[in-house]
Amino acid sequence: MTGQYAKPKDIETIPGTEGWERMYPYQYQFVTDDPERQKYEEESFWFYDGLHYPEPVYPFDMIWDEAWYLALSQFNTRIFSVPPVFGVDHRIINGYPYISPVAVKDPAVVEERIGHFMERAGYYYENWDELEAKWEGKMRETIDKLEKLEIAPLPELEDIQVVKDGLGESKGYHLLKSYDQLIDLGIQCWQYHFEFLNLGYAAYVTFLDFCQRLFPDIPVQRVTQMVGGIDVIMYQPDEELKKLARLALELGVQATLRVSTDFSVVEKAMQETAPGREWLIAFEEARHPWFNVSTGTGWYHHDKSWNDDLNVPLSSISMYADKAEKGECLDRPTAALRKERDEIVTEYRALIATDQDRAAFDQLLQTAKTVMPYVENHMFFVEHWFHSVFWNKVREVGVIMKDHGLIKDVEDIWYLKRGEIKDALWDMVTAWATGVKPRGAATWPKEIEWRKGVMDKFREWRPEAAVGTVPDVIQEPFTVVLWGVTSESLQSWSEIQDMDDLDSVTCFKGFAGSPGIVEGVARVCRTVDEIAGLKEGEILVSPTTSPSWAPVFSKIKGCVTDVGGVMSHAAIVCREYGMPAVVGTGLATKIVKSGQMIRINGSTGEINII
Amino acid sequence: MNVDKPWVSWFDDCRREMVEQVGGKCSSLGELINAGIRVPPGFAITVAGYEHFMAQNKVLDEIDVMLKGVDPQDIATLEEISLKIRNKIEQMPIDTEFEDQIAEFYRKLSVRSCMPAVAVAIRSSATAEDLPGASFAGQQDTFLWVRGIDDVLAHVRRCISSLFTGRAIAYRIDMGFDHRQVGISVGIQKMANSFAAGVMFTLNPSNGDRSSIVVDSNFGFGESVVSGEVTPDQFRINKVSMEVLNRVISDKEICYTVDPKTQVSIKTEVPEERRKVQSVTDKELVELAKLGKLIEQHYGCPMDIEWAVDKDMPEGGNIFILQARPETVWSNKAAEVVSTVEGSSAMDHILSSMMAGKKVK
Repeated sequence: MTGQYAKPKDIETIPGTEGWERMYPYQYQFVTDDPERQKYEEESFWFYDGLHYPEPVYPFDMIWDEAWYLALSQFNTRIFSVPPVFGVDHRIINGYPYISPVAVKDPAVVEERIGHFMERAGYYYENWDELEAKWEGKMRETIDKLEKLEIAPLPELEDIQVVKDGLGESKGYHLLKSYDQLIDLGIQCWQYHFEFLNLGYAAYVTFLDFCQRLFPDIPVQRVTQMVGGIDVIMYQPDEELKKLARLALELGVQATLRVSTDFSVVEKAMQETAPGREWLIAFEEARHPWFNVSTGTGWYHHDKSWNDDLNVPLSSISMYADKAEKGECLDRPTAALRKERDEIVTEYRALIATDQDRAAFDQLLQTAKTVMPYVENHMFFVEHWFHSVFWNKVREVGVIMKDHGLIKDVEDIWYLKRGEIKDALWDMVTAWATGVKPRGAATWPKEIEWRKGVMDKFREWRPEAAVGTVPDVIQEPFTVVLWGVTSESLQSWSEIQDMDDLDSVTCFKGFAGSPGIVEGVARVCRTVDEIAGLKEGEILVSPTTSPSWAPVFSKIKGCVTDVGGVMSHAAIVCREYGMPAVVGTGLATKIVKSGQMIRINGSTGEINII
Repeated sequence: MNVDKPWVSWFDDCRREMVEQVGGKCSSLGELINAGIRVPPGFAITVAGYEHFMAQNKVLDEIDVMLKGVDPQDIATLEEISLKIRNKIEQMPIDTEFEDQIAEFYRKLSVRSCMPAVAVAIRSSATAEDLPGASFAGQQDTFLWVRGIDDVLAHVRRCISSLFTGRAIAYRIDMGFDHRQVGISVGIQKMANSFAAGVMFTLNPSNGDRSSIVVDSNFGFGESVVSGEVTPDQFRINKVSMEVLNRVISDKEICYTVDPKTQVSIKTEVPEERRKVQSVTDKELVELAKLGKLIEQHYGCPMDIEWAVDKDMPEGGNIFILQARPETVWSNKAAEVVSTVEGSSAMDHILSSMMAGKKVK
């Protein structure tokens, strides 16, 4: 591999998208008019964040990119003083985010940061459980505030109570304030997201590194298995579905589950009987918070949650009820999983040659096990629960904007940056207050039409794996764990990117997610809506999976994803079910067609179309 | 014959600590059998048997005379004398009592194997101090596919005579060992009619990783793999989870099989269409690896193992271990400590790992 990728400025703007830069924050642009910044950009290594963004980012959805840009970087640089690295810098090319860890170049500064790091990070590791409990309290409070946040429409005339209470404020002012609060809560939630994450990853990477030095051949998935949690929150939504399936059987209402695949019809039928009503109460209870799981990664506004489409959990509950009725056991084999995990630890431990290394292994394993529950659980709180509620709150803002003619459709709101929405709301609210038509009603719909066209062109473009100059070493724990950036991984990404004719590809590679080899009929499901067509024994091929996909795993015999590493949901769940998975393939959903016979090797990451 | 020192002994009655009586190879095969490992059956001509054979013929005195004043550096003379000694030994009669014993064991072995005049492999089994390195001995005196008692006896003598190769004699003179003090044992073992065979290390020989098992394999007998005449298929199996993690299927041009007419091992070309076919199945690999792990646990150290898949036996009972010895290259290195960070707390490790970072290039 050469040390040099394309220079950022050499990547051409797609014809017809000129001016796209205004859809994103200005500091995300690669520059040509600032020699110092340009030099920095060319000398740095920027890799495409395909893990989070398999498709181009909508202007509003950039909020999470900015949020983690800030949060991760501040914890590294300003709070924990990670010695060899500052934050992770961000840019955007044709709608696709690129990131670059920023190394601390001056050895004297590194030295100075070590002392702070030992004290600060040391404090967190020492008091991990206590601080983590505190974290959960803060997180729940933030989510609670979000759920209670009122986005009220602008009335023709304010309520008389405003006068009688001497309130002195209008719904217009409240809307501006609520929007600010909404955004604030989102940013705050992401502050917490990174409070533990990097330290968690650092402890995990250290253990991983140590294991790989002891056993150069050890598959990464064996290491994750040694530290992985078994009772993690991520499995809870799926557990709730099983509970509801069992309850339906107990109450004798399982037949009612099958009256329709449309939840509203089932709901009506349930309401007609006393046991049915009892089941509905349990169903409502489970929805909050467990049905806030996203059917995607939660990073895009279009990743719907179960709450957004109750037909999704319904189909899974029906399936579980069928299985339970046939006498199949729905319980996760937690005891067997725990036993397997312990055996792996014992066997590897026994193979260590020296007592000194064995002692270090024990200590690092313990630390990794302490941090892993956070690493595995935080996603439910942030990317699923918070995000699912958040997207719908923004839609409530969209409804009001649509009513006032600033956008044509509620879903058009995503084509505006969050700051532009704030501006548009001011325009709208002052016009409402004044009794005139907002200026934006004439400008935004036109701009949004144009942006839709730009996004379509972005979607057809394939982002380069990286731009800039490859460094010798990456020290930023987050980039190391999540992207596994090595010359090998960069090579395989760029090979896939270079493939012109995807139809002719019969063999490609991803990360070995869960061991084993399996052959079967492929079923490509781009969204969770498509899983209804999936048949027992097929191999799922999807962009990614999330906890809400859990029920399909008891139907399939293997899984392939476009994005995700060995710590991704699909990999973890497949390891649980003992079925092969290949993750992070880049383009599996574009290469494989439903109905094709494929062979996947979850131990080596190879996929063959046969 | 002394009852405590039999001349012939079943492998089943040999144990690991009996190197002095039956040599390394036979003692190790006996150990494996008693550990429940599937090993082709066979028996050993013991060191006592060898001594009896040599004493009967009073040949050691003659050898003494022949070697008197020989310069170990004078290879040509040494080889000349060696040839004379070996010829002599190979022509020597085995007394009736001893011959009857060997014939009886061979007959029983044939009965056990359910075939008349069972084909056997005959190998010398060196006692540790005799020869300069087991590998040197092993290559000189392995005779495969031997059938019938007359041939068996002839090859037993050839194995014994290998104790007096030029190199072995020179080594003993150099080391100051007396020719009378050394002994040798000979193993007679049923041939595995192998469909595929090869070697297995219970660690990764390229990096010393003890969580790996590496298997080299080719069609036919293991000779092609052991001798390095062919680039074998190579597999890496995770010792803990028993997954096949890596496989390299080579272009295997030749292999050794048995000539159906002469019933001896011959080198043959592998047909074009089979050359790039995986020579052992994944199922067999996993079973092999499990056996490897068991043998390692039994011996308590990484092992170097020869194995074969027998084509006459049903699946599930067709994998045989032909030989197992402690791995020497990595095992003789001092264990390297990986945790070399200053300080011993988890924080010290985390800091050190962060400072090292992840190499990209």
